[in-house]
Amino acid sequence: MEINKFEEVFEGKLAKNEMVEPKDWMPENYRKHLIRQISQHAHSEIVGMLPEGNWITRAPSLRAKVVLLAKVQDEGGHGLYLYTAAETLGISRDELLTNLHTGKAKYSSIFNYPTLTWADIGAVGWLVDGAAIMNQVMLQRASYGPYARAMVRICKEESFHQRQGFEIMTHLAFGTADQKAMAQDALNRWWYPTMMMFGPPDADSPNSENAVKWRIKRETNDQLRQKFVNQTVPQVEYLGLTVPDVNLKWNEAKKGYDFSEPNWVEFKNVISGNGPCNKERLAARNKAHDEGAWVREAAQVFAKKRSEVYAAA
Amino acid sequence: MSDNQGPVWEIFLQKKAGQPFVHCGSLHAYDKEMALQNARDLYTRRGEGISIWAVPSNAIIASSPEDIGPFFEPSNDKVYRHPTFYQIPDAIGHM
Repeated sequence: MEINKFEEVFEGKLAKNEMVEPKDWMPENYRKHLIRQISQHAHSEIVGMLPEGNWITRAPSLRAKVVLLAKVQDEGGHGLYLYTAAETLGISRDELLTNLHTGKAKYSSIFNYPTLTWADIGAVGWLVDGAAIMNQVMLQRASYGPYARAMVRICKEESFHQRQGFEIMTHLAFGTADQKAMAQDALNRWWYPTMMMFGPPDADSPNSENAVKWRIKRETNDQLRQKFVNQTVPQVEYLGLTVPDVNLKWNEAKKGYDFSEPNWVEFKNVISGNGPCNKERLAARNKAHDEGAWVREAAQVFAKKRSEVYAAA
Repeated sequence: MSDNQGPVWEIFLQKKAGQPFVHCGSLHAYDKEMALQNARDLYTRRGEGISIWAVPSNAIIASSPEDIGPFFEPSNDKVYRHPTFYQIPDAIGHM
């Protein structure tokens, strides 16, 4: 087949809402876009284990501790689903990890903020996982099969993450005055970074147009952000807390809230490596990887030796 | 520095006894035992399966998407392989 024939088949698939699979022909830019997006997503899951892992040893009860452990383990699993999805596009695990460890690849800006109190663990589950779910529900219908299938599995598991976070928030918000103040403080610090998770405004988002054209994304950054605010504000009200935004107001005409944009200058700074925890996060990833080198080496030598023993027998 | 992450394995899960094994994803592992243990940890954290197959990725032979026409063509014109091809008298009812 000639190249334009291949392109026709590819475009036809998108038009019919069919999935593109690893062995199908795809435009080079589509492949590149997917590798970038899926690997960023995978890195976010793995780096996302760090701010929460920070509280495992200090969880306030045994129940809270086993829940947090299970959640952090899930995040590791999500990272692995996504790495293997990215690998179907012809990039190796080594390369993906090297890109993360050298700072060449990006991950979600949200994980460069610190988790200072136990209330932050509630806010992260409730807001950060809530925002992630909103994005991921959409991605279950992404045009690339392995990515969409990983998303289906992830979405099933994320629901527990958001609910456990909200449960922590209810305990604090309906607890003592000090506990309620902790909950409000966490909401104040996580609100805007969470809003940034949907990415820059549509007018200023270089990758959005292609992502929508190729049906990788089906809603734009601004649409998802609006949806998130609409969904979350009633939950904040239920908790008796206040969204840290004086411009937040119901707009009957658009059946949604008007709200303040997050600080996009701060967003750019955090993305470019200058957030509160960027250096710490990358150092922790590199340390874990380097200190695991002997395990990988030993497993490899062991597997090789044993296959030689089998071959000789 | 590059280091080996181990070969890729394709993982198939059987949800319940008697049901077919269904592909659920892939993973890296250095040997068979590790492939099974990793599959258990990665794909069955919530009772998604009672039995696991792990198959080295490079052992899978796959048909090629470009061949979809010629490869499957021989079965496309054989409508008589389907039950709806045959007329059964109304008096007989469901068969």
